[in-house]
Amino acid sequence: MSKTNAFVKIKKYFPFYLMALPGIIYFFINSYIPMGGLILAFEKYTVKGGIFRSPKVGLSNFKFLFSSADAWLMTRNTIAYNLVFIVLGTVVAIVVAYLLHELKGNLPRKIYQTIILFPSLLSIIIVSYLVNAVLAGDTGFINNYILIPLGIDPISFYSEPKFWPFILIFVHLWQMTGTSCILYLANMSAIDSGLYEAASLDGASRWHAFINITIPCLVPTIITLTILAVGKIFNSDFGLFYQVPMNSGALIDVTQTIDTYVYRGLMNTANLGMSAAACFYQSVVGFILVMITNHLVKKLSKENAMF
Amino acid sequence: MVKNDRGFQILAHVLLILMGVLVVFPILLLVMASISAESDIIKYGYSLFPKHIDFTSYNFIFSEGSIYHAYLITVIVTVIGTVASVIVTTMISYTLTVPGLPGKQILSFYVLFTMLFSGGLVPSYMSWCNLFHIKNTIWALLFPFIFVSAFHIMITRTYFQNNIPQEILESARMDGLSEFGIFFRMVLPLSKPIIATIGFMKALMYWNDWKNSLYFVTDKQYVSVQALLNNMLTNVQYLSQSMDASLGATDMVNIPTLGIRMAIAVVGMLPMIVLYPFFQKYYMEGLTVGAVKG
Repeated sequence: MSKTNAFVKIKKYFPFYLMALPGIIYFFINSYIPMGGLILAFEKYTVKGGIFRSPKVGLSNFKFLFSSADAWLMTRNTIAYNLVFIVLGTVVAIVVAYLLHELKGNLPRKIYQTIILFPSLLSIIIVSYLVNAVLAGDTGFINNYILIPLGIDPISFYSEPKFWPFILIFVHLWQMTGTSCILYLANMSAIDSGLYEAASLDGASRWHAFINITIPCLVPTIITLTILAVGKIFNSDFGLFYQVPMNSGALIDVTQTIDTYVYRGLMNTANLGMSAAACFYQSVVGFILVMITNHLVKKLSKENAMF
Repeated sequence: MVKNDRGFQILAHVLLILMGVLVVFPILLLVMASISAESDIIKYGYSLFPKHIDFTSYNFIFSEGSIYHAYLITVIVTVIGTVASVIVTTMISYTLTVPGLPGKQILSFYVLFTMLFSGGLVPSYMSWCNLFHIKNTIWALLFPFIFVSAFHIMITRTYFQNNIPQEILESARMDGLSEFGIFFRMVLPLSKPIIATIGFMKALMYWNDWKNSLYFVTDKQYVSVQALLNNMLTNVQYLSQSMDASLGATDMVNIPTLGIRMAIAVVGMLPMIVLYPFFQKYYMEGLTVGAVKG
C-alpha cells in the first residue's frame, strides 16, 4: 500500500522536480562547487592535484597574507569606501528624491529623473572612458580647458593618489544616485499628505516639515537599507576600483580593495595562495556580516529580511 | 510652506539642472571627442566644441570587421542568455510554489543559501576553468556568475504566489493538461509583468558584462563589445594592432587611435540611449522590486 502510495506521489511530483533540475544543477556548479573550492586557501595549488587534491599547507597562506601590508590596506580601503558610500549615498539619494517629489508638474520631474537614472545603465567600462575623457593627463578636459587657461600646471591624475578617493566617491554617486533615490521617492509618495497640510496650517516651514515629517517617515527604509549595505561591506565594485583608475599602479594605495587584490593575485600564479586566502577571508567575514545584519533586519522589519 | 514655495521651486530646479548637467556633460564630451579631428584632440584635448568635425574615426571602425563581430557576439549572448535564464528562473520559482511538494523547504534553502555565502572569485574561476574547461568558449560569456540569480527566483516566486490562483491550475489539470503544458501555456502567459522585469534586468546584465570576458576570454573570436572597449581602454593600440593584417603598414600612422576609442565607446553606448525611453518603465519596476533586497 505505502509502496504504491509513494509511487503515485513520485509520479505526481516528478514533472516539478524536472522543472527545478536545470536551476539545481546550475547552483551546484556555480555556487556549491566553489564553496568546496574554498579549500584552495589551505593548499599550495598544483596543476596535477587540482582544486581538491593539491598539497595541504595549513594556514601558511593566511600567515603570508596577514603579515603583508596588503591585508590591512585592502581591508581599510574596502570598509572605508563602503562607509562613505553608505553615508553620502543615503544623504544624496534622500535629497534628490525630496527635490523630485516636491517639484510641481509631472513633466519636469520625469525629465530630471530620466536623466539622473541614465548613468546606471552604462557599464563601468563606458564610465571609465567618460572619466578618462575628463581626467586624462594630456588630452583630458580638466587640464586643457580649466587648469591651463587658469594658468595652473596640468595634473597627471592617473599618478596622483590624493585625488582618487574624491574621484571614486564622485563616480559612484554619479552612477548610483538615480537608482538609489527611486525607493525613497516611492516612500515619500506613500506619506499621508494630511500630515503636511496640518503642519502647514500650524505655520511650519518647509524645512520643519522635512525634518519632522518626511525624515521620520523614511527612517525604517533608511535603517533597513543601511543594515543591508553593512552586510555587504566586505565587497566592492571591482570595476570601479580596477577599471576606472585604469589599473594604475601609482594609485594602488587608494584603489586596492579585497576584490582587486584577489583578481590581481589570481592573474599572477605565484600569488595564487594568498589570493585564495584573501578570497576565503572575504567569503567568511562576509557570511558572518550577512547573518548578523539579516538578524537585525528581521527584528526591525520582518518583510525586508532575506529569510 | 506653500506661501514661499516659489523660492523652493527655483532652488529645486537649479539643483536638478546642475545634476543633469553633471550627468550629460561627460557623455556629450565623449560624443564630441568621437567626431573631432585627431590632430585637434592631440593639440587641444577633448573639447565640447571641436574645431573641425571629422568622422574619420567612424569610417575606420565601420570599415574594419571587429566592431560588427563584437556586436554579433554581444547580441547572441544577450538574447540566448536572457531567454534561457528566464526559462530556468521561472521553472524553479514555479516549483517553489507547488503546494505540498516534498522537499520544498530544502530546495528553498538550497537556493537562498547561495545569496548568503559564496566561494568567491578564486574557487569559482578555478572550478569553471579546470573542471568545466570553459575558457575561450562562448559558454564563458553565458554561465559563470550571471546566468541565474537566487534573488530573481525569490521575487518571481513571490509574484507567482500572489498572482496565479491555484484553482485555475487545478481545473487545467482536470482537463488533462500536463504539468509542463500548464506551466508554459497558463503560468507564463499570466506572468508577463515579472518576466518583462527580470528579463530586462538580465538582458542589461548580459549587455554590460565585461568581467566574464576579462576572466575567461583571450580568443579574439569571442570578444564582445564591452570586451573590445575594455581591451582598448588599457591598450590604445589594440584595434590598430588587429588592423595590421587588413591595412598596409603605411596607413598605420594615420589611424586616429584616440578618436577611434571614443567612437567605439559611443557605438557601445548608443543602443542604451536609443532604447532607454522604451524600457524605462520596466527598468524602474525592476529597481523598486529589487531595491531593498537587491
